[in-house]
Order: sequence, then structure tokens, then C-alpha cells
Amino acid sequence: MGSLLLANEAIALGAYEADVKVVSSYPGTPSTEITESASKYDSIYTEWAPNEKVALEVAIGACFSGVRSMCCMKHVGLNVAADPLFTLSYTGVNAGLVIVVADDPGMHSSQNEQDSRYYALSAHIPMLEPADSSEARDFVKIAYIISEKYDTPVIIRLTTRIAHSRSFVEPQERIEIQNKPYLKDVSKYVMMPSMARFRHLHVEKRENDLSRDISLYNTNSIVLRSQKLGIVCSGAVYQYVMEASDASVFKLGMIYPIDFDAVRTFASQVQELIVVEELEPFFEKELLSQGIQCHGKEIFGRQGEFCVSYIKQKLEGGLTTEKIKDKIPQRPPVMCAGCPHRSVFYALKKLKIKVCGDIGCYALGALEPLSSVDLCVCMGASIGMAHGFDKGNTGEGENTVAVIGDSTFLHSGINSLINSTYNNGTSTIVILDNSITAMTGHQDNPSTGITIKGQQGHKIDLYRLCLACGAGSVRVVDAYNIQEVTNALKEEISNKCVSVIIARRPCALLNKKYPPAYFIETKKCIYCKQCLAIGCPAIENLGKSVRINKELCVGCGVCTQMCKFEAIISEGK
Amino acid sequence: MVPNNLNILIVGVGGQGTLLASRILGTIALRLGLECKLSEVHGMSQRGGSVVTHVKWGKEVFSPIVCQGDADYILSFETLEAIRWSDFLKESGYIIVSNQEILPMPVITGKEVYPKDAFKKLRDKNLNVIEIDGLKLAELAGSSKAVNVVLIGMLCAKEKIELDLAKEAIKHCVKEKNLELNLIALELGYEAIEKRGI
Repeated sequence: MGSLLLANEAIALGAYEADVKVVSSYPGTPSTEITESASKYDSIYTEWAPNEKVALEVAIGACFSGVRSMCCMKHVGLNVAADPLFTLSYTGVNAGLVIVVADDPGMHSSQNEQDSRYYALSAHIPMLEPADSSEARDFVKIAYIISEKYDTPVIIRLTTRIAHSRSFVEPQERIEIQNKPYLKDVSKYVMMPSMARFRHLHVEKRENDLSRDISLYNTNSIVLRSQKLGIVCSGAVYQYVMEASDASVFKLGMIYPIDFDAVRTFASQVQELIVVEELEPFFEKELLSQGIQCHGKEIFGRQGEFCVSYIKQKLEGGLTTEKIKDKIPQRPPVMCAGCPHRSVFYALKKLKIKVCGDIGCYALGALEPLSSVDLCVCMGASIGMAHGFDKGNTGEGENTVAVIGDSTFLHSGINSLINSTYNNGTSTIVILDNSITAMTGHQDNPSTGITIKGQQGHKIDLYRLCLACGAGSVRVVDAYNIQEVTNALKEEISNKCVSVIIARRPCALLNKKYPPAYFIETKKCIYCKQCLAIGCPAIENLGKSVRINKELCVGCGVCTQMCKFEAIISEGK
Repeated sequence: MVPNNLNILIVGVGGQGTLLASRILGTIALRLGLECKLSEVHGMSQRGGSVVTHVKWGKEVFSPIVCQGDADYILSFETLEAIRWSDFLKESGYIIVSNQEILPMPVITGKEVYPKDAFKKLRDKNLNVIEIDGLKLAELAGSSKAVNVVLIGMLCAKEKIELDLAKEAIKHCVKEKNLELNLIALELGYEAIEKRGI
């Protein structure tokens, strides 16, 4: 029986139905649920790799070995995996290989709005983009056929609005694929200059072949309506356009290479051709390069997500009318009640330390009232940036620390730590070890030692790892203990070596048995508001008094360290 | 008469159960023989931020998101969030609000003030507002977390969707150990509308 699936779940269903045997990925919103769903199928070996580069290399090895493989990531993850990606394009595949990348227009949960379509163009890898969950499943199957027929990896591109939307999917019959034998072939699999020159010719030839064959795969579709206007679009934008306008529509399913002949024919059937695409003018420039007259980006912006009413207004030539919003308080995301990061950022703020931040829940340490994080760029960047402060403007590094989560440290922080110790750095690094990949929805990682399939694997010892990388001092502190964290920071900053403080406490959302909540004894409370300085969502400022919301309080007790009047009492006492 | 198409927005604070609510509404749509699309929020904004989930029912559904001024219903788990998203309501639409107040961080830090007369503000907008103490009914059902299902019960009663059909959808979506309390929550919501005769 069919059901309402996220496109992410539908991709996993497609992988199952196409007999994919290996999936290796690193979590990243909005792509995470693909691999989580794939792990539920017994026939698919699934794993979380420490980063996207490793994940893609695992998928490459698996496909060379003779089974269909898949690798999933968010858009910025493809930057990490770009090194193997570009050469994989040359080697091609043995059994099929599909990479799924999820872009995030509007930055619901990302640090930039990069457009992954340019990877397809510059690496010469075919790219498909589905417009709903059912199509996501179908495109996975088509992608494997193309991958094996044209000896190429294939990328499936999603955007947040497709990845995280549910629509109806009817399961189909699963095929079983014979494992392909691995045949040694250095001219194909060993990319040294003499072989790679030869393979580069293959890349060009296969792209030409596929360009001629696009229509065979029925990935594009045409809706003929008004002859006055034709619109070229793909993915979520297609769904908006269908509601926003009565124009004829050319929906690209294969978004690279583009079937120029088909678009040219479509263009000849309408008076005006407009390209509606989120982010960069990718299709528009491609079509113009082939002499197909069209326009679009001068009407539609490059920023954010589109929606039906936005497209309607733009097509009708009107100005976008933003309703005047009520002046009401914003509700930005916050660290959860009981989050072990809170006390660390409070200590950093009190010591007036510059903080090189990283990617994870703890980026929220930049927001009020903790306002602690100074910089945040990409996964693993904190340690290198702190080292740069150390080596750069004299004196600026002295009061600077890097703050990085356990999963992010294992993703791409280890190399940076080695760089700092090798180059006689003196920076201080705080690893916020909550023993989980939290922001993306609690995935295990090497610091827990539990695999995605729930099996016990090797559990990395962060303490010994940092020592092995050459840190002059490594210590473990209780993240909830503000005084202990403060003392450790003071001592390690004055240390003239690279030092690591592992601030350890599990993510508050993982704990199912919370200690009793706290309450405020009003007789003792003088409304000094010190407890509000840690920014716990459970502590409410009522104007003349403070209250702890017992629905939210998880009994971590960090606030009791803030109160000089012993007015915060556990309900358990 | 069961609806042919319906645009529903579910709004609240990250962690209040908007995802389960949208899944139940999606299952109800399928059982009514309608097409349905849901658009969810995952990732950073789930951490105590303002969250919105879109539900669209229809004979044919393209966009998975509801536009401003196009929602037949807004189910809100929190008063301030009801005000924030009220622009999305159609003139003929209903906004069903559980009158809980959860303070956002700028209010906790004292930078901004939670509107004192939040509910009055909402009523002044000339919308069809249905207020409910969802938390009280949810606790009566057995868990403060069941506010989402109370509001679904209210929507079903407003749309004259059979209670049994809604119960089947809940059975499909909810874990066995939480089933009983969610079924009670659904009934309490349903009755709340029937009692008011609206």
C-alpha cells in the first residue's frame, strides 16, 4: 500500500527497489533522512561516514567492486566531496553510483545558498531533479540505468522544499541485480596523467551521447497551455508555476545536460520564454549559450525560496507587496533547556574570550544573551581560524579559542588540530562533546561507537586522539560545571602549547530520565536576574519576578550556580 | 459534506509536535480519497524556534506550501505564534488557537515584551478565532504533549469528518503505547466544537 513519504524517504525506497547494496553518507539538513531510511532496509549496507569525502570514496569503492552504491549529503557537503567527485567523473563506474545532494534555498538550516547545479556542469556529471516524492523514487531508478549505460556517476539534486515535503508514493516491484565482476583495468581506474588524458575523452563522448539520448528517459515533461508564455523550470518551482500561471510549462527533470533541441521546439510554440529558477540563472545562461532566446533573472531574484504568490506577482509585473507585520517578539531558535553547551558559552562570555565557532547546535552560542561566538564559516573551520588568529595579528590570538562539537571535530577538525601542533601553535580548543550529531536529529558517530544499523563499532577516545595529534595538554571537564569550565579555560589559555578541553555531557534531548525540575523560592529571590543571563528557555522573566517553567525544565541545575541567594530549589528536595 | 480541498497551516514552537499533527492530517486526507502534500521543518529552527508545517488537501495538489491569505485553517499551539502567522488565513478561514504562552528568548532576556493582551490582539484582527485551553484538555487525556491531537479533533468536527475515520488515521500514525491518550485527546477536541455548536 502506498503512503505519504518525504522525498528523502522516497529516494531510499528507490534505492531499495533498484537493489542498491551500499549507502555511505554524512548527515546534513535537508538530506539526513535519506540515509536514515535506507538503513531500515536489510538488503542495503548503510553507514555514517565521518565526512562526505570519505562517504563518496566508500561509494566509489563499492561501485568498482561491482554493486550499486549511493552517497547522500547537503549542498555544502558536496564541497567536501568535490575532490573525489571530479576524478570519479573520469573513471566512471562499474556498477551504478548515484550521489544525492540537497540544496537549501532560503537557508532553513545552512550557512549559504550555493547552487549545486554548477557541480554537474563543471564535473560533467548528469544531474536529475525530481519535483515530488514519487518522482524522486522514479529518478533514482533512472539514474542507475544512466549511470551504468554511460559509465558515469549521476547526481540527483533536491531542494529543501522537495526533500522535506511528503506526497503519495506507491511502492513498486524490487529488481535484483547480479553483482558485476571487478576486472582490473588501470586505464580506467588508475587516474595518472597518461590514463586520465584518455579518460577525459570518454567524459566528453559520453556527455555527447547522453545529450542525444535524453528524451529516451522521459525525465522532462511539457504542459501545453497558453501560447503567449512558456516557462522553463524544475523541481519545487514547477509546482509553484503550475498554480501561479496558465503559461505552458517545460519541466526539466534532467537538468544537466539540458535537452536543448526539445527546449528549442517548445520555445517555437510560445511567444515568450521565461526561465523561473531559484538561486543562480543556471538554465537561463545554458539556454542563451545555445541561442535560445529567454529571460528570467532580471525579474526573479537569486535569494531565497520562491512560492506561488511570489511567482504570480513577478509574472504580472507588479511590485511584491509585503504585508505590514505585527510588531511582535521574534522567536529565534535557542539551545534547549538542559543543553550542555550553555554553561560553556556563559564561561567564555564572562572571560571575554573571542570564540571561533563551528557548525552545529552550538552556533546558537552567537545569539543573545550568550552572544559568545565571533566567527562561524564551515564544518571544522574553528580550529584553523583560531590558529590563524594565533599566527596573525600579534596578540589577537592570545584570548581566542576554537569551539567545536564532537561530530564536527571528527568530520574535519582533526587535520586542523594536527596543523596547529605541527606548526608550533598555542591555541586552545574546546570540544563540546555531547556524544551525538545533534542538530541533524541525533545520529551516532565514531564518538559513540554505535553504527547506523545499531551495531557496536570502535568507539573513538577523543582524549587519546588529541594527545596523539600532539596537543600539549588535554583535559576533560563537566560541561555543566561553570566553575570547572572557567578554571580550565583560564589555565589552558595561558599555556604556551596547543591545548584541548573536552567539555563532556550528553545532549539533553537524549536523556529520557530527567532529574526533578527546579523551582524558584520567591521568598529568597530578590529578582537580581542573574539566572536569566544563561538564556535558558525554561526560566521566564515575568517583569517583577522570575519563574521556572516546569514543563520545560529538565533539572540540569546549571541555573543554581548562577544564584547567590540559593533561591533555586529542586522539586526533588 | 466532506471537503474537496483544504489548506491548513500548523504553527507552534519547535518541539510541540507539529510533525505528528501534519502526518495525521495527511493520513486523514488519503482516507478521504484526496491527494495531499505536506511540507515540514527539520533542522535548526526545530530548536525552540517558530515552526510552521503546511498541509494541502485537494483533488490535485501542486505546491506543497500554503500562501499568505490562503489557509482555510491555522492550528496554533501557542498564542504569539497565532498572531505571527495570522496573515496566512483566508477571510472565511478559522484559526484554532491553544491559548498557551511560551516566552521567546528576546522576552526572557528582557529585550522585548510578550504582548499582554495577546488574545485581544488576535481577535481585533477580525478573524474567525476559536480559542481553546488545549493544554488542559491534553492533560485530561493523559499528556501535555497531546495538544496537537486536540486541535486536530476540533478541525475534524468543524469539517464534519467522521470521528471513526480520524481515529483510524491516529492508529496509523501513533505508537501503540501513546494510542489511548491520543484517541481521548481527539475526542475531547471533537466534543469541544460540538458542544459550542460552531
